[in-house]
Amino acid sequence: MSASATGLRSWLTTTDHKRIGLLYFWTAFVFFLVGGLEALVIRAQLAGPNGTLVSAEAFNQLFTMHATTMVFLALMPLTAAFFNYIVPLQIGARDVAFPRLNAFSYWVFLLGGLFMNASFLFGAAPDGGWFGYANLTSKQYSPGLNIDFWLLGLQILGIASLAAGFNFIVTILNLRAPGLKMMRLPVFTWMVLVTQFLIITAFPVITVALVLLMFDRFFGTSFYLPAGGGNPVLWQHLFWIFGHPEVYILILPAMGIVSEVLPTFSRKPLFGYTVVVYSGVLIGFMGWGVWSHHMFSVGLGPIADSFFAATTLLIAIPTGVKIFNWIATLWGGQIRFAAAMKFALGFIAMFIIGGLSGVSHAAPPADLQQTDTYYVVAHIHYVLFGGTVFGLFAGMYYWWPKMTGRLLDERLGNWHFWLTFIGMNLAFFPMHFIGLLGMPRRIYTYGPELGVSTMNLVSTIGAFLIGIAALIFVYNMWRTRRHGAVAGDDPWGGATLEWSISSPPPPHNFDVIPTVASRLPRWSATQLKAIPEGAETAAPVHVPAGSWWPLIAASSLPIMATGAIGRMLPVVLAGVAILIVGIYRWAYEPFEA
Amino acid sequence: MTHATATANAMRPPFPTERGVEAYNTKLGMWVFLASEVMFFTGLIGSYIVLRFGAPGEWARPGIVLNIPVTAFNTFLLICSSVSMVKAYAAIADGNQKMLKVWFLLTILGGAMFVGVQIYEYLHLVHSGFVPSGVREGSELAERVANGTLPAATMGLYGSTFYTMTGFHGFHVTCGVVSMTYLFFRKVLPGKYTQQDYRGVEVVGLYWHFVDLVWIILFTIVYLI
Repeated sequence: MSASATGLRSWLTTTDHKRIGLLYFWTAFVFFLVGGLEALVIRAQLAGPNGTLVSAEAFNQLFTMHATTMVFLALMPLTAAFFNYIVPLQIGARDVAFPRLNAFSYWVFLLGGLFMNASFLFGAAPDGGWFGYANLTSKQYSPGLNIDFWLLGLQILGIASLAAGFNFIVTILNLRAPGLKMMRLPVFTWMVLVTQFLIITAFPVITVALVLLMFDRFFGTSFYLPAGGGNPVLWQHLFWIFGHPEVYILILPAMGIVSEVLPTFSRKPLFGYTVVVYSGVLIGFMGWGVWSHHMFSVGLGPIADSFFAATTLLIAIPTGVKIFNWIATLWGGQIRFAAAMKFALGFIAMFIIGGLSGVSHAAPPADLQQTDTYYVVAHIHYVLFGGTVFGLFAGMYYWWPKMTGRLLDERLGNWHFWLTFIGMNLAFFPMHFIGLLGMPRRIYTYGPELGVSTMNLVSTIGAFLIGIAALIFVYNMWRTRRHGAVAGDDPWGGATLEWSISSPPPPHNFDVIPTVASRLPRWSATQLKAIPEGAETAAPVHVPAGSWWPLIAASSLPIMATGAIGRMLPVVLAGVAILIVGIYRWAYEPFEA
Repeated sequence: MTHATATANAMRPPFPTERGVEAYNTKLGMWVFLASEVMFFTGLIGSYIVLRFGAPGEWARPGIVLNIPVTAFNTFLLICSSVSMVKAYAAIADGNQKMLKVWFLLTILGGAMFVGVQIYEYLHLVHSGFVPSGVREGSELAERVANGTLPAATMGLYGSTFYTMTGFHGFHVTCGVVSMTYLFFRKVLPGKYTQQDYRGVEVVGLYWHFVDLVWIILFTIVYLI
């Protein structure tokens, strides 16, 4: 099957990393808009005191699904879209190491996301908060299906992330072009590698947490039930041992994107490449030693609190190192303020604010005042919206021409950036004060006597500005689809390998696998002359045909979960049977032939 | 040719067509997968330690609920199957098709018997009244709880942790047995593995040794301590 194949079948069976990247992108972008809509309903409810737009029960579902959607269905998969599309191009490979496993990851993600959101049809969307603390999630306090949808959906999504993690680690380590040593890898690819190591080590821990919760709810075990001798704090430990690395899973790819965009638009190599890479690796390691700073209010005692306060302060150091390196990259550069660059600069500024409020949580006495208030909401939105989302937008403007062959409109991009930038600061900055004045998070309304009405209104206005900005971006994507300027191979003068091939790249990416002799192959004068002109290009490059089995194997997981939700054992067993057949046929399909 | 040189020579061409680290894709993939498996079992075992030491009261003493000799025999079986896996690997590294078949089949049998004994153990335990939620009313063990030879307060946790940890391990063994059976009929019997390329044996072997290693830890902390 050739790459020019079109039609539904070619997309359902595709194993091309570029197509899978696009599928990730569009699916995750739709979930991003859904999560954004949920946020707008939340903000509309909180625009004034004693809001009556939604009930308390609906509000619980909205904030839980907003966070769950944004973390697991929008931001992680949007980073995955770039892992898929860009990493093989940056390392000079023709695909990932396990192309069908890659397709499997995508289908599991899509079906898991649909399963989770199907809960809305039953009026039983998850409502226990995105970290679902025990024992609120026990059968006794949450008798409905809400928590079942949540814990089953998250387990499915975890499988998607794990499978992709194995795939990308092998891809990056093993499929590098000749001469592309580890310390010549683009920083984005480096950060992807660190992220994947975090994924494959952190997701098993939340899987354990969710499995134990599932057994408590389904089989009468008592892991988290104090009445049976269990320990609700165990859930908090397991969740945050996953949850804190998860924060770095979300931010490291964005840091990688920014580390690509800043040099390109400053016409300077990244300042201190080695230090930036090592800082990323160090963040990955240290991210494992800070989880209990989410739990200072549990009362773990002064020794545990001091330890986790110290490690949390320490992790600010490699993060700060990166920020100084980015700023030093700009120093003396020929800066071009394209939309991608604006978002990258916005990332630095917003992430500094988010980082500073993060350091303020590191002190347990201060944290006790801030925990479970809007101050925490402000912090997480500065790092995840001001950080990750800004980084992702920078990546979208930067790599969109590579992915589609056309440039996004810069004038619309300018509007998009400034409305997003102003909107996010209006929306989230007042939340610091709202929180310190004592408004708790996750409460569906508040009284006028609290004195936070005006700031809440400002926050709501900011949120709707972000919504308008998102619409402008959607319009930009739609319009430039036909009317955008043609990008050519390399519209920005980038230094890395993805800019050496056409936009969008051919199915096999590289006619001849390039030989790399430096960190910035396209900026070194002699580089890429190593490609023999036309000599070997005549050899046809084999592109594997597609496969149905990843999709079929993936479909077994929501079937099993549906059986579990309905307590229907035959449906679960049918799912198991589909999985076994799917994997068996997959394993013995003549894929390479 | 000794086994070591056979490995060194035979495992190079033709398949490390990949550049990068000195491990072919599926082998590296298996190592990465096992890294995540380590975290999974660490999570389970860590939870067990936290729950057991934080339990409200004494834990049931070893040997009262669980039958240690039977499981000790089962442990022995699993270790033997790890040895036979190494022998299967060594056989094909020396190009010996016949011994590959013998040792590979013995490995499958060892794993299958382990699962069989574990199923027998579960049936027996459930019959005696030991279930994931603790002790079933009116059972043999319920009487022992009533007369004070078993601690009432921690039996629920005991059942929860026992069945979860050993169950997940048993699930892993089952997956290994099923995959090895596939490989046996599709690859080993038709003689598809050669001295030049026996990646499947090596990769499934890595998984099998991991499962074995986990069991040695589980047997120690669940049955013996």
